[in-house]
Amino acid sequence: MAHFVPHTEEEVARMLADLGLSSTEELFSSVPAALRLAGGLDLPPGLAEADVAAEMARLAGANAGDGLVCFAGGGAYDHDIPAVTRSLAGRSEFVTSYTPYQPEVAQGVLQALFEYQTLVSHLAGLPVANASVYDGATAVVEAVNLAMAATGRRSVWVSEGLNPRWRRVLSTFTAGRAPELVEVPLVGGTTRWGRAGGPGEGGQGVPPAALVVASPNYLGCIDPLGAARAAATEAGALLVVAFDPVSAGLLRTPGQQGADVAVAEGQPFGTPMAFGGPYLGMMAVAQDHVRRVPGRLVGRTVDSAGRAAYVTTLRAREQDIRREKASSNICTNQTLVAITAMVQLAWLGTGGLRELALRCARGTRYLREGILGLPGVEPMAAAPVVREFAVTLPVAPEAVVERMADEGFLAGLPVEAGGRQGLLVAVTEKRTRAEMDAYLVALEKVLS
Amino acid sequence: MSSPGGPAAGAPAPSARAPAPGGRAASAPLLGHDEEPTLFELSVPGRRSASFRTTGVPEWSAEELVPAEELRPEPPALAEVSERDLVAHLTRLSHRQYSVDLGAYPLGSCTMKYNPKLCDEAAALPGFTNVHPATPASHAQGWLALLWSLADALCRVTGMDAATLQPPAGAAGELTGLLIMRAWHRSQGRSPGKILIPDSAHGTNPASVSLAGYETVSVPSDERGLVSPEAVRRHLSPDVAGIMLTNPNTLGLFEEHIAEVAGLVHDAGGLLYYDGANLNAIMGVTKPAAMGFDIVHLNLHKTFAVPHGGGGPGAGPVAVTARLAEFLPGPVVARADDGTFYWDGPARSIGRTHGWHGNALALVRAWAYILSNGSDGLRRVSEVAVLNANWLLARLRGTYTVPFDRRAMHEVVVSTKDAPGAAGALRALDVGKRLLDKGFHAPTIYFPLVVPEALMIEPTETESPQTVAALADALVEIAREGPEVAAGAPHATPVGRADEARAARRLVLTWDAVGPA
Repeated sequence: MAHFVPHTEEEVARMLADLGLSSTEELFSSVPAALRLAGGLDLPPGLAEADVAAEMARLAGANAGDGLVCFAGGGAYDHDIPAVTRSLAGRSEFVTSYTPYQPEVAQGVLQALFEYQTLVSHLAGLPVANASVYDGATAVVEAVNLAMAATGRRSVWVSEGLNPRWRRVLSTFTAGRAPELVEVPLVGGTTRWGRAGGPGEGGQGVPPAALVVASPNYLGCIDPLGAARAAATEAGALLVVAFDPVSAGLLRTPGQQGADVAVAEGQPFGTPMAFGGPYLGMMAVAQDHVRRVPGRLVGRTVDSAGRAAYVTTLRAREQDIRREKASSNICTNQTLVAITAMVQLAWLGTGGLRELALRCARGTRYLREGILGLPGVEPMAAAPVVREFAVTLPVAPEAVVERMADEGFLAGLPVEAGGRQGLLVAVTEKRTRAEMDAYLVALEKVLS
Repeated sequence: MSSPGGPAAGAPAPSARAPAPGGRAASAPLLGHDEEPTLFELSVPGRRSASFRTTGVPEWSAEELVPAEELRPEPPALAEVSERDLVAHLTRLSHRQYSVDLGAYPLGSCTMKYNPKLCDEAAALPGFTNVHPATPASHAQGWLALLWSLADALCRVTGMDAATLQPPAGAAGELTGLLIMRAWHRSQGRSPGKILIPDSAHGTNPASVSLAGYETVSVPSDERGLVSPEAVRRHLSPDVAGIMLTNPNTLGLFEEHIAEVAGLVHDAGGLLYYDGANLNAIMGVTKPAAMGFDIVHLNLHKTFAVPHGGGGPGAGPVAVTARLAEFLPGPVVARADDGTFYWDGPARSIGRTHGWHGNALALVRAWAYILSNGSDGLRRVSEVAVLNANWLLARLRGTYTVPFDRRAMHEVVVSTKDAPGAAGALRALDVGKRLLDKGFHAPTIYFPLVVPEALMIEPTETESPQTVAALADALVEIAREGPEVAAGAPHATPVGRADEARAARRLVLTWDAVGPA
């Protein structure tokens, strides 16, 4: 068994004696006898470190995923992670500290988060960013809660282009407040916003708190935010934009195009795919909403000697103070992942982000042209794409993914839109031309 | 306050600031009291760290790839620093940060135990990290086996029958559990609107209750710091969906009447929700199921040694009894007769509570921790956590006020109000700040709300008796020094007491908002 408890038997006996007790069982005298477990926990005995390490290595080795060349995205992307990011984000001062409740001994985490907030603000083109929420999906939930609080309305129009798993999380986590979630369809890869009074044709007539749109969306398409902003303005609603923070190196920001709230999945910045987590919910808002932002905000102030110091601020918004009146219950967030993203963004730098976005777009174009050259493959949408694209195939997408995995590739994600099934394919800067050429050969074989 | 290169109003782009001092990597004294410049002050236009692999992909230009109306002419301003300066900056920041690896962190309710390095290494294995979450189950059997095993072990620890690992934190777990409660009531054709919560509860409880569409009814603690069956009976009605309890509660006391409370709530048609924040006190001693709970969330970043990462990520799995299993978020991992694992959707699932499968690497760490400890080790964890807390309490009694002086569980709540050993009227805030000078992190202060000037102290099982004694000595010394000394603290920290009122009054949330010096 591992020894994470330092006490010797003699020490335990002496401490018990100090308390006038003769056994550890007596420590639990306030637990009624009827509730005590007779036989202990039904688990195997503890293992030595080397045995645990061997078992963990066995489990890790049972994932062929490690060896698959990854062309899947859909909210999780296979980017290169430089050694410096792993090294700095792994510093135990960041890894093993708690929420910065005592700022005098937490300036490291607080300043790193202040710098993270600044970087997210620049990516989103909005002046205020929080210190993270759990992931892209829950960032959408928080944005919708914010919009309902800001407008007092309970209807939300959600583009069909928003990640379908995020839409499911939104519908789960808002079920208690039961907003009306109205799905607005994609046509040709972009959202068809209707006129005020209802999305699409035959609208619902309930004025929405928010319009939620993703650009690039789940089919990879750039969804024009000008149209979304106009529809939001006409409806008197907030515009919530889910954006891709990598493509932000090339595309105009949500803020420049009128977003009130911008959210993103921050995983691409230094965090491995890791079967889906921990990831990073990035969230930025217009100045008007600073007092409605969920989660922690780090502010810069001064200490008793007038030196720059960082603290969590506007604390009265948070659950531990507002309790049942809080508009969010978030406490633990994703600080370490936010610090990781801060390091990665600093490593990339202004020019590096542009190049990263460009390289993803180049690979995407190269592979898309190749796939569309295969017999029976059609684009799912005509609108321009940047880092991901969707195609329909002559074979069921689930079967293609399974067979391509046997060929050594994670081919993409099965996707459905407008009643059609397809494959969503992502290309990062990590993918070489040789890998893409081999992918095309394998796909042609699988499709034939 | 110096802010070299502070911007003129309306000049937000950090890279436009001049002059940027650039790298001063070698100039910072160890653990110095100097301000650390921001990333943006270290920035020099044109400096870069990033390099990209050789791919052979055609080098189309941005204009060839993105429609002109969508293309931004310049990328967003980030920072432009050398890798060497970046390393120095983050290393200096890390020197301005207290952590469990540095020393004891007795934050009550937070269970800041030592985080084994073995778990870090397990979570860094490429066989875990390099797997896309949409990898077909056939090619991710190691991951599915791990998730299944962890869910199974958490059920064994809690006595529950099925679990979801999706909720990424305790608060997300609370909301998930309450939505399961709501779905269950609906399946019974009922829609009760209220949840009972003791007045000593964590703030996340009532916040989650509101988000789940319920109204909070606060149940007062009795004179012994407990929820009495009488108080619960007074607040029960057909409109009560259930009760949320932490046991041991936030006063560090075991709710002795829990079985009776459970009977009352169940008889009234309600369910019992167990906030697992304090599970570290009872592993192998008792189980939430034995107490009568129906729904449990666990904080893997407390009990199961997942490091807190400066505030997260954590993981907040939810386990339930058999009759609630069909409502769990899905998919969940199931095991086939041939020993392989597959994704399965609970029949009446409330839906997803995470974009993928939860904070998966946190789950890896927790599994490595459980394997290391096993049944005997987890029991030992709780025994020594409770032993340390009671031994600490014995050393503080006579110096601090003990509002509910009974057998403590894994943490103790004392108060500076009328503290018998204090040389004057001490404030809890000042005691916490002074403790920083003495080399310890502060306890949780002003919580639970039912105790004035509360110090909530949780030593955890991984601090040796010598460390616990030194912590107690430091707290006693602070009381003897009296309020004047404590009021000026801390002095030995990288910054002195921070002006929080100013931070809220003059909001500076990004570098762009920093005014001229």
